Amino acid sequence: MGTRDCKHISAMASPAVGEVGKTGEWRQLRPVIDYSKCLAAKKNKPHCFLCWLYCPEVVIKKAIPIEIDLTYCKGCGICAEECPAGAITMVAENASRDQDRPTNVE
Amino acid sequence: MLHGIKTGRQMLNNENHDTLIITGNEAAATGAKLSQVQVIAAYPITPQSPVTEKLCQFVETGELNSEYVTVESEHSALSVCIAASSIGARVFTATSANGLAYMCEQIHWAAGARLPVVMACVNRAMAAPWNVLNDQQDSMSQRDAGWIQMFARDNQEILDLIIQAYKIAETVYVPVMVCYDGYILSHTVMPVEIPEQEKVDQFLPPYKPHTILDPADPRNLNQVTLADPRPEASGTICHGYMELRYLLQEALDHSLETITDVERQFASIFGRSRGSLLWDYKLEDAELILMAAGSIATEATAAVDELRHQGYKAGVLGLRVYRPFPKQALIEATSQAKLVVVFDKSLSYGNEGPICCDLKSALYLSNSRPAVHGYIAGLGGRDVKARELVEATLDSIRCLDNEQHVRKSGWINCQI
Repeated sequence: MGTRDCKHISAMASPAVGEVGKTGEWRQLRPVIDYSKCLAAKKNKPHCFLCWLYCPEVVIKKAIPIEIDLTYCKGCGICAEECPAGAITMVAENASRDQDRPTNVE
Repeated sequence: MLHGIKTGRQMLNNENHDTLIITGNEAAATGAKLSQVQVIAAYPITPQSPVTEKLCQFVETGELNSEYVTVESEHSALSVCIAASSIGARVFTATSANGLAYMCEQIHWAAGARLPVVMACVNRAMAAPWNVLNDQQDSMSQRDAGWIQMFARDNQEILDLIIQAYKIAETVYVPVMVCYDGYILSHTVMPVEIPEQEKVDQFLPPYKPHTILDPADPRNLNQVTLADPRPEASGTICHGYMELRYLLQEALDHSLETITDVERQFASIFGRSRGSLLWDYKLEDAELILMAAGSIATEATAAVDELRHQGYKAGVLGLRVYRPFPKQALIEATSQAKLVVVFDKSLSYGNEGPICCDLKSALYLSNSRPAVHGYIAGLGGRDVKARELVEATLDSIRCLDNEQHVRKSGWINCQI
């Protein structure tokens, strides 16, 4: 069975999370959050959230504490650049290994 | 042709329709108006500018209920058309030469997105050096973008082709470029029959898009599509890039039949036919064929009359559709010929004239393979006279008589 069954004649898709694949696999640098510095985490109430506002991939959850979805984070580093508290550090993916790191990135 | 008719904007009375004496550019604008285009975006460039001026006038006076979007470049002009076509509007643009080159990225986009954009390309030489006069290098340089490309040979055909182009484009969902020679047609007045709006509406129903971008049913259109097919969120396996490109090629192949059908329908409603994929002149018994696209093919009819006068069985084969290239029709049309002389007003630099090259490729599969000689003519507005086409053809005949079947392209009236 071929792709003709989709009946499309041009590229299209319904908007959905992960529409172009697990883009976190493209990441070279990984954001690491220091919650002891993050203003929202420290105050334990909604605050700042500039990382959430600036993230071009919309992968930062406006929560306490904030969460970054590493499945789709491309590692651009804008959150680290914008964080007024210096709470986010970009770490080379090949410098450390942990469970957040996609297994197929070398 | 104009004998007994006052030139200018005089309207001639005819039984069922009006005839106007208008330029090719006015014919193109009038064709777009009769097609009831909904969005126009075009940036003026010589020799296309009067098309934009005329359309502005139609919109300003209320003759045409259309959105005219003024833009800062040709790239934006086609981008606007692509966006408007994506939400279901019938769109029109027009350009020439460097303007067409500036659109290049969006030309590929319109084809890949399968949007039935119609564009008039008023053929002009490409810079450098600057030259505003006619040849066909501009549209030929875009031949591989996935558009249907058609050539008009007089002003009536420009108007007719614009209307037909919408029908073709909206049937196969492939954009159409209607090409006509700058100045030779764009700025020359000829009588043009203007069809009644009701008949055009009967011929050309409203545009039905293959997909409408609608906030109530959001879609990603032309999103990143990498090498392999991939399931979308619903689980449906969608095309990869290669499958989409296969479909574009398939649509262009099918469009050969659509173009022929559309011409037939047009003839039945409007009572005139200008040929479908090809047109010909005195071709029935021709052993010697002069082949070209656009106004130079009209010039070749005068050359054929002279060659016939000299005793040669000569005829003209005019190329009305260049992309898709009508291979089978060309094999059939040249089956009785001993020699085909091709006049190209452009050049695939480092190779030869594109029509000549494509004809040779098509005839590789022909059982009766005539000799094919190519000539480069009329670059940058260099005048081409029927007499010169006769001389070139006689030169080719002499080569054949001397058993010289393969030769380099000749350059007509190149004074180097």
